[in-house]
Amino acid sequence: MQTWSLVSISVLLAVVVRWGVSLNSYSGAGKPPMFGDYEAQRHWQEVTYNLPLQQWYFNTSDNDLNYWGLDYPPLTAYHSWLCAYVAKMINPEWVELHRSRGFESPAHKLFMRTTVLVTDVLIYIPAVVLYCLYLTDGSAKKRVSVLLSILLYPGLILIDYVSLGFTLWGVLALGLGWDTLGSMAFSLALNYKQMELYHALPFFCYLLGKCLKAGLVGRGFILLVRIAAAVLVTFALCWLPFLPDTSQALQVVRRIFPVARGLFEDKVANTWCSLNTLIKIRSILTGDSQLYLSFAFTLLAALPSSIRLLIKPTFWHFKLALVNSSLAFFLFSYQVHEKSILLAALPVCLLLNEFPFMSIWFLQASTFSMLPLFLKDGLPVPYAVTSVGYLFLTVYLLSPLDDRSEGDLKLGTCDKLFFFLPKMHLACMMRWKFYISNALMAVLSILSVVLDPPPHLPDLFPVLVSTAAFLHFLGAFLHFNILQFSEPPSKKSQKKNN
Amino acid sequence: MAALADSWSWFVALAVGVSLLKCLFINAYHSTDFEVHRNWLAITHSLPVSRWYRENTSEWTLDYPPLFAWFEFGLSQAAQHFDRNMVQVENLDYASPSTVLFQRLSVVFTDLVFIYAVRECCRCVQGLKGSQDVLNRPSFVLAVLLLWNFGLLIVDHVHFQYNGFLFGFLLLSVAKHLQSQHLQGALLFAILLNLKHIYLYVAPAYGIFLLRSFCFTQDHRDRSIRWSSFSPLRLLALSGIVTSVFAVSFGPFVVMGQLSQVLSRLFPFKRGLCHAYWAPNIWALYNTVDKVLAVLGVRLKLLEEAELPRASMTGGLVQEFQHSVLPSISPSITLVCTLLSVLPAVVSIWRRPRGSRTFLRCLLLCALASFMFGWHVHEKAILIAILPLSILAVESREDAGIFLVLTTTGHYSLFPLLYTPAELPIKVCLMLMFTIFSFTALRKLHRAQGSLLRPLEVVYLLGLVVVAISCEFIFPLSPWQQKLPFLPLLVTSVYCAAGVSYSFLRLYVTLLRSDEKPKQL
Repeated sequence: MQTWSLVSISVLLAVVVRWGVSLNSYSGAGKPPMFGDYEAQRHWQEVTYNLPLQQWYFNTSDNDLNYWGLDYPPLTAYHSWLCAYVAKMINPEWVELHRSRGFESPAHKLFMRTTVLVTDVLIYIPAVVLYCLYLTDGSAKKRVSVLLSILLYPGLILIDYVSLGFTLWGVLALGLGWDTLGSMAFSLALNYKQMELYHALPFFCYLLGKCLKAGLVGRGFILLVRIAAAVLVTFALCWLPFLPDTSQALQVVRRIFPVARGLFEDKVANTWCSLNTLIKIRSILTGDSQLYLSFAFTLLAALPSSIRLLIKPTFWHFKLALVNSSLAFFLFSYQVHEKSILLAALPVCLLLNEFPFMSIWFLQASTFSMLPLFLKDGLPVPYAVTSVGYLFLTVYLLSPLDDRSEGDLKLGTCDKLFFFLPKMHLACMMRWKFYISNALMAVLSILSVVLDPPPHLPDLFPVLVSTAAFLHFLGAFLHFNILQFSEPPSKKSQKKNN
Repeated sequence: MAALADSWSWFVALAVGVSLLKCLFINAYHSTDFEVHRNWLAITHSLPVSRWYRENTSEWTLDYPPLFAWFEFGLSQAAQHFDRNMVQVENLDYASPSTVLFQRLSVVFTDLVFIYAVRECCRCVQGLKGSQDVLNRPSFVLAVLLLWNFGLLIVDHVHFQYNGFLFGFLLLSVAKHLQSQHLQGALLFAILLNLKHIYLYVAPAYGIFLLRSFCFTQDHRDRSIRWSSFSPLRLLALSGIVTSVFAVSFGPFVVMGQLSQVLSRLFPFKRGLCHAYWAPNIWALYNTVDKVLAVLGVRLKLLEEAELPRASMTGGLVQEFQHSVLPSISPSITLVCTLLSVLPAVVSIWRRPRGSRTFLRCLLLCALASFMFGWHVHEKAILIAILPLSILAVESREDAGIFLVLTTTGHYSLFPLLYTPAELPIKVCLMLMFTIFSFTALRKLHRAQGSLLRPLEVVYLLGLVVVAISCEFIFPLSPWQQKLPFLPLLVTSVYCAAGVSYSFLRLYVTLLRSDEKPKQL
């Protein structure tokens, strides 16, 4: 079969699965007074459509910031504004100021789901297709397998994350050598969602490293200037309406980075929340010192991979650094949300071809870490279906457990640490760990759905889930950091594996 | 390498993948058939057998044969643990989340029969040796064509029915015949008939084939019948199997003196010639010609408008439809037409039996003939032809061409089944997936023998795209939506009827031509 037909079938399958999942409940359905993320998105449409741009980020009589106030960068606001125009055309009630609060109807759900699907189809899916066709090694079948594995990653199906589409375009452009376009795409991502800062260090270090390598006095300098100009222009264009008035711009920044919310809120699979089961950090330290502590740790965790990337700016190292940096931020930074693991999951998806075993394991754990969220949103069935399906699909398509793919396991680097163990033994051990961890995730998932927690420990299952996920993430963080300091496999050995 | 080639891991992957996909449609739109089956669960669970075919609290009375009622009874044993209220006859239109979950999962799980049957079918197809790539193996292509069949997916898992389970029996029985295990095949078909009597339509093919090719053990050299080779033992075994299945199924009702009551439920002739939405068959064309003539007649002042019977074309209700110009059609006429159209095929396999594959072709012709000429045919019935045709399509180029025309039109004619906007992306994407796969995979499979479709067929299929886009996207936005709401349905069914009729004729030609070939030799 031709590649185009396989690719189109994969894309169509991905769309069907996305739509199938979207037929289910959504965040905050029928839960007044605050509802959920769905209402937040709808409310932003209402606000951006009805209020002048100067009021979007300000608390006014028409704009109650305590009720899902806009706290994303301008690009998200523009997107909401655009969607609101379409909504207004279909049914003005959907975006009527004040009176549309908590609006719910099947038709409106359909509209919201369609906006998400359209953005996915326009931005995310083409980027994945191009990435797999142009930046993945191997036969056509192998590329399609990777494509399907990325497109069907449950985390990004169950929770939509538009900004990752822009990031992916950035990665794609850098991979193809179009550094200016890549930095523009990434600037758009940053202006869509501030969380994209998780990826900023690798982008910065990769591009800077490339400039340094080309020589800062010669071609490198021109490149640097071009990239800087591209970034500045993109930012300026995105912020143009807010720039004339400094107070406007500052208010946007304050809304985007709320530091007053504490070290962590819900049960997140990061260091602080997991540590909290042992030490109650929040009661020991003041708010400010929590902020500095987390900042210091994040920087320390992200630094090694960034420095390495600065010295060795290859695309292979860049992808690894994206994983490492986003994981460092997720594990140690301030005010992390469960959903932010998706920022680490996307670059891991890009490594599926190189390191199938670790990537699949990590992706499985990342979906699992959001389990409490899915249960809250009433998505247990889609969660179960997509994650079981994903495990099955990737194990079948990418055969990470095969003896042949042991080279892919990249255990060579671990050998240095576990030199006292014979190599075969280590591979076998890793495989057993994989089985056990998947079984553990399955058992915990089932228990969270079926059992009611004991009354004196109401958060028992979310804590167990987040701690288990945290251990996985920490392990993955160490593993990918070790890999970051190894060399990419030579082309020859890659060909042998194919 | 041999171990790899023989491994069936790809089959497991396909089956698991599609089963999980089905689970994603749990919360999708479901038709009244959902309530029909829930009601049957309730009837069989809470009432004694004697009242099963008398109960009429709900308008959806039990109108499948007894074995299906027992199947529902079995399901209801599990259903009561999901939600006790589901199995109460009084709870009309009951659809709690756990009821939906149970009913949907019951379809997914009973599809295991279908999956097993597909596997048996895949073992029967003869593939070209030496094709290392799994994707280009006939058995793989067949597995995808059957397991991921678009029609079956939307009819069973969105619209809601148990066709996968039933087709499992049909395909398994066909596979058994292909493997020359005729008694097992006959047993399975007898069970199938007692599960859903619509398969009576293909019974002529079974009857003649078994009588001719199983009960007569030898032929003359020119394949004509050798009367002396008749084996009474085989006939006895065959009739023993069939009678005992029917006895188990209908026996209790005969004893209770309810046979006529059961039969009146099974064969309601109160319904009209065509379903609310016309299935793409001869009668759709006939109705259209009638309508056109009526309009022309009024225009040319040959007819008085007041004299014409008032008939809403597709009112949405199952009702009698009176023709204005052409003679009206009665059930007996459709029966005669169906029998006449089946006759040449049946006679052909009686006179010159040519093995199980010709039987399969005859079965297809019976299915298509009844679809073309039957009384109150539902568009879903096209699946009875599409699924078995898949087996032939992976084996011969000519059948592959027919298959492409028939499936594309037949599947497209299922579109009006899902009319809710929320299901639009599902039906469009699944249809595209299936169509892209069937075109590319079959073309690759038969690439040595040239192109699959004739130029005119290509034009026709491209026209279908135009029809689809205008009916699904352009028409709802145009002002015609208010004036002529039935127009898209009419255009769809007429356009598809042309394709289905064409496929029917071509399939007939392949059967009759293969009939002549021995003479030419």
